[in-house]
Amino acid sequence: MLNIGGLNQGIVIDHIKVGGAMKIYSYLDLENKDVSVAIIKNARSNKMGKKDIIKIEGTMDDLDLDILGALDHQITINIIENGVIIDKKNPKLPDHVNNVLKCKNPRCITSVEPGLTHSFKLTDRANGIYRCEYCEQSFDRR
Amino acid sequence: MKHIISPTDLSVSELNELLDLSEEIIQDPKKFSDVCRGMKLATLFYEPSTRTRLSFEAAMLNLGGSILGFASADSSSAAKGESVADTIRVISSYADICAIRHPKEGAPLVASHFSSIPVINAGDGGHNHPTQTFTDLLTIKNLKGRLNNLTVGFCGDLKFGRTVHSLINALARYQNINFILISPEELRIPTYIREETLKANKLPFEETRNLEEAMPKLDILYMTRVQRERFFNEEDYIRLKDIYILDGRKMANAKEDMLVLHPLPRVNEISTEVDDDPRAVYFKQAQFGVYVRMALIMKLLEVK
Repeated sequence: MLNIGGLNQGIVIDHIKVGGAMKIYSYLDLENKDVSVAIIKNARSNKMGKKDIIKIEGTMDDLDLDILGALDHQITINIIENGVIIDKKNPKLPDHVNNVLKCKNPRCITSVEPGLTHSFKLTDRANGIYRCEYCEQSFDRR
Repeated sequence: MKHIISPTDLSVSELNELLDLSEEIIQDPKKFSDVCRGMKLATLFYEPSTRTRLSFEAAMLNLGGSILGFASADSSSAAKGESVADTIRVISSYADICAIRHPKEGAPLVASHFSSIPVINAGDGGHNHPTQTFTDLLTIKNLKGRLNNLTVGFCGDLKFGRTVHSLINALARYQNINFILISPEELRIPTYIREETLKANKLPFEETRNLEEAMPKLDILYMTRVQRERFFNEEDYIRLKDIYILDGRKMANAKEDMLVLHPLPRVNEISTEVDDDPRAVYFKQAQFGVYVRMALIMKLLEVK
């Protein structure tokens, strides 16, 4: 197992579906934030076989953790303070998300009118399925 | 103000009211010939359609109203790159109600967000076509006398066929409907209809490739055309377009009171020899389409 140093203060986004770390990195705009970030891809996982992990050292006050659930409903989030985990969270899936997920259906009106809000509603909480408000196509996380 | 974007935008009781009003119109169309005088319907058709557009226009003219609009995207400001939102904002100041057909799914919903007049979805890509569904329901109710206790077969393109998706969703709200879904593997109903409508509501359904075997069980056979415009690959279209052809031989195995519906236009999927069979009601269905659109315009404009 690759060894990455522990965090003193920050968050660990764990159980990310393999290949999904960069999407979350990009959504959180970590490239432009003044925080240290480690991305671990293809880490071994008892639960998932393989997974991605993002470790963020630093404070991120404006982070909406529930939105991350819409991107990947399996992820878990550990909050670290003074080197210890003080809270573990499973994001609650929001009923609606705007401009977080992008509809990939080429027949959807959002594919030709770029100014529209990409709006998704949760239609199956157990399986974390979101559907585009316009064309009702489910969001494809691949 | 109400918009009709999906067939389930009307509750079952509202739908029953709509069908009752449609039946009143069928009984005496002249009684309603002046109820929309001075009102205008805009038909915004970004995709070619003869039947639906003329049906809407005939409906408004039958009610004494006037019509304006365009029949293809080329002859509208969409050709100049105008958004649906901007078009509907402007049209709202020209007309009292509008019907919109668009090749992109969800375009009528976008229009409804920016409109100050009622918007009726007249078909959006492979997605929804609520007024066709209302037409189908009126046809079944008028000719069968009920919308419960029916075995309904859908045959052909169940994947891209928006009329199929809409009618399944609408019939799912009635009692004791048994669905038989007849299609090749490539054109099976989308997963979301199977999982979230049929399975989620524990509705009885079976999927088969075999039309002949299904025929004797059916009270309604809903035939559909394999639509060239929904395929990205011409080879797939050519391979699948004539996969089902309803002819006199197959009709011989059907119940005596079965009804054959089709949203039209028909290409090869129903042989012309079937047209004279009293069970073939697809041309009557087109006529019912005008009556149900008259009733819908009256409901949305709140005229008595």
